[in-house]
Amino acid sequence: MFGATALNRRSYRSQAVAKAAFFLMTVALVIPVLIIVGTLVVKGGPAISWEFLFTPPTNNMTAGGILPALVGTIWLVVVALLASVPVGVAAALYLSEYAPDNILTRAINLAIINLAGVPSIVHALFGFGAFVLFFDMGASILAASLTLAVMTLPVVIVATRESLQAVPLAFREACWNMGATRWQTIRKVVLPNSISGILTGVILEVSRTAGETAPIMFTGAAAYVAFLPQGVFDQTMALSYHLYFIATQQTGVPEELTFGVALVLISIVLLMNAVSIGFRVYLRGLKKW
Amino acid sequence: MVGPAAAAGTEGTAGPRYDESPIVQVRDLSVFYSRTPALSGVNLDVYRHEIFGIIGPANSGKTSFLRALNRMDAFNPAMDVQGSVRINGKDINDWRNEYALRSRIGVVFPLPVGLPLTVYENVAFSPRLRGIRQKEKLDEVVERCLTRAALWDEVKDRLDSLGSLLSGGQQQRLTIARALAQEPELLLLDEFSIAVDPVTTMRIEDVLRELRTELTIVLVTNLVQQARRLADRTAFFLMGDLVEIGETEDLFEGKVKDERTTGYIEGRYG
Ligand SMILES: Nc1ncnc2c1ncn2[C@@H]1O[C@H](COP(=O)(O)OP(=O)(O)OP(=O)(O)O)[C@@H](O)[C@H]1O
Ligand SMILES: [Mg+2]
Repeated sequence: MFGATALNRRSYRSQAVAKAAFFLMTVALVIPVLIIVGTLVVKGGPAISWEFLFTPPTNNMTAGGILPALVGTIWLVVVALLASVPVGVAAALYLSEYAPDNILTRAINLAIINLAGVPSIVHALFGFGAFVLFFDMGASILAASLTLAVMTLPVVIVATRESLQAVPLAFREACWNMGATRWQTIRKVVLPNSISGILTGVILEVSRTAGETAPIMFTGAAAYVAFLPQGVFDQTMALSYHLYFIATQQTGVPEELTFGVALVLISIVLLMNAVSIGFRVYLRGLKKW
Repeated sequence: MVGPAAAAGTEGTAGPRYDESPIVQVRDLSVFYSRTPALSGVNLDVYRHEIFGIIGPANSGKTSFLRALNRMDAFNPAMDVQGSVRINGKDINDWRNEYALRSRIGVVFPLPVGLPLTVYENVAFSPRLRGIRQKEKLDEVVERCLTRAALWDEVKDRLDSLGSLLSGGQQQRLTIARALAQEPELLLLDEFSIAVDPVTTMRIEDVLRELRTELTIVLVTNLVQQARRLADRTAFFLMGDLVEIGETEDLFEGKVKDERTTGYIEGRYG
């Protein structure tokens, strides 16, 4: 009576095949990552030292360290975040918690989706026209960071909105029924339960920002600046642009140096991803419903 | 004086005050979702200190009725409410501050919703909204409401654990405690016993009987016998119509004006 029928056996077998196929795909996905990271570590690893990280380049960037680029990247990322996170989170709160479902809202949503699809070189030209020229910021950290902020905004909005919408409607209704306003509900229940997801999304986004080259190329990054940036109106070096420059525009740069810069850049990105993933795991443990 | 109503009303004892002006007056109330009617032309009064039962099969508009009383249509653009509802003689749309209106009406949903806050903060939520800050006052409200909701003994040692992690039955009592902490004049209960075991249901029913001396309860229930046990009067909704309204005992003894009521009570629908 409980014997397996032919149909049972067939579905069992196709299940096994599907599982094996998915596993292989997953392995295939990991291979390029391993190759890239492996190459960078092998070829760039020897270049890494405290001196490399904490001294400026010398000899037309064919020797020395990367300090100004490292510091510049941090400046660019932090200023971009300061601009994009408040605006992005506020926009997501509006769209998720307040906006009526009408033509205007749909148009805004459409605009956000499209903004996310704009190539970074177009953002670069926009940033050059708008921030550097029109708002007269010149090529500066501010102009470059604002360009990066515009570019990351849609992703911050989408990530935030998804975190907000993961909070069940029933929680909101329970609050509303007690006479809480929308804002009280957001403050007391919605935000505390989505802030973790928002932060995770934002960190992932930041790591992408750190690696962008095109948007900062015309707007604030310089191939060589002798001093560290003192404020947002300075031009700066940046790891991504520095890498581009020594790899393609400069001759006589030792291979080790180029790979070393790439290794630092990818380490920053991976480190931030790791933080973000660790955060997510930690928060899953705190899941409140 | 004749009849239970008259006897109860005038002597200040527990029971509905049929001789006073009703706390809720509903006139020609219709509810639509995206133009589809869910409730049409309901007229009824709910008296102070009454437990007003509403029975009816699925889709009869019971929940929509409760939502309309609380002006929850404000949060659902698809929901359209027509007609008038007066609470304490004042049209609910004349409240300039709709939040103040809702804060005075307690609501309990069919499925328990423990907010992802501590047990303590769940109950302290609405007192805090009212601006109560002193710890002693909040402690007092929390203990009193949890006790009334027959939950205090089970949670008094874990007030700091998450309300959303209590068992279903406990969460439902938590939502009742939370609603009581609003110190509402009017308590709306929507099939509160769906997620609660029979023993707990009985305990909550006892609580409701006691509460009747302080407030007015509108009890939507899909358990016909629960209406019989608790409600002073009962209304029967069917497909968005108020079919019949009467003294609960009369309805259950077959003194009905409409055949469909008997049909439902005897189990012929839904
Ligand atoms: N948020 C909503 N959006 C659209 N339609 C709704 C919504 N809520 C209820 N309805 C519709 O309104 C009608 C009445 O629903 P309502 O929830 O008031 O019935 P009910 O009597 O409470 O039913 P039940 O006993 O199943 O809870 C149903 O046809 C339902 O599909
Ligand atoms: Mg219902």
